[in-house]
Amino acid sequence: MNQPLGSAPLPAPGPEDHVRGPSKAKLVIVYADYECPFCAVTELRLAECEVQICFRHFPIRSKHPRAWAAAQAAEAAGLQGRFWEMHEALFADQGRLEDPHLWARAEALGLDVERFDTERRSPAVISRIKRDFSSGIRGGIATTPTVAIDGRLYPGIPSPQLLADAQ
Amino acid sequence: MPKIPIAKGTPSPEFTLKRGDGSDFTKASLEGQTTVLVFYPFAFSPVCTDQLNLYEEMLGDLAARDAVLYGVSCDATWSQTAFKDHLGITIEQLSDFEPKGAACRAFGVYHPGGFPQRALVIIGPDGIVRWSYQADSPGDLPGANLIFDGLDAA
Repeated sequence: MNQPLGSAPLPAPGPEDHVRGPSKAKLVIVYADYECPFCAVTELRLAECEVQICFRHFPIRSKHPRAWAAAQAAEAAGLQGRFWEMHEALFADQGRLEDPHLWARAEALGLDVERFDTERRSPAVISRIKRDFSSGIRGGIATTPTVAIDGRLYPGIPSPQLLADAQ
Repeated sequence: MPKIPIAKGTPSPEFTLKRGDGSDFTKASLEGQTTVLVFYPFAFSPVCTDQLNLYEEMLGDLAARDAVLYGVSCDATWSQTAFKDHLGITIEQLSDFEPKGAACRAFGVYHPGGFPQRALVIIGPDGIVRWSYQADSPGDLPGANLIFDGLDAA
């Protein structure tokens, strides 16, 4: 059976999503990839805001060849309870996303590196990233970063005014 | 800007586009496959870059629907090939360079500025247009969801 990819609203955050920030704050759903410099700027802007963030992967291979590997690293770290730490470490140094750099981050975060290396390539991790990507496709995400606030999509780096209004 | 891409249910017009190897891609090339023609304004322009990068990710899902996607512009074959190689994509490019825009006109997607509208046309294996879409502005990037909406509606 073909995976449904026709238009559908972005799903509300569920148990599998990566969500952080005050639960009563405005929800900002972010579709991004770790090799995208504009996504790194978005990450910094969001970090200064009092909002609840739901992060979803939207890696485009031909544009950012290491985006998939980086997303897999974040998910594998998440399986050891350190998703957000890896997330921040990836955005903090986008010039180093090759495998040895990912192993070094895993080691620095105190992960079981052998387990990390196995799980980052696992079908479960790949399926998890595809789930995010497919939900983005269905929701009309076409570029990174794109943030969704109150059901409306805002492609590109969110302006300070947009984020101020969201708080 | 009027939105007048070729309508659903219309037989494909006769047309000739050039493949990267210089051979012809014509109406006869549509037979036996579902074809998605992605008309884009300019090779190497920012939105076209993002659009083809995005659609490249969807080729596996399109193949699962027995659909083949092509990029169409009025750029010369050499320019399209350079664009494709630069992006590192596999989407086959079809050139409407000479006579300039003749195929785009036949499909109703030629912008008065001298370039293709940003438009999508799905043609069935029988050569009948199943779905078409034209962006409100050439600067708008149609999400890949629209292609799958089109395939679902076909």
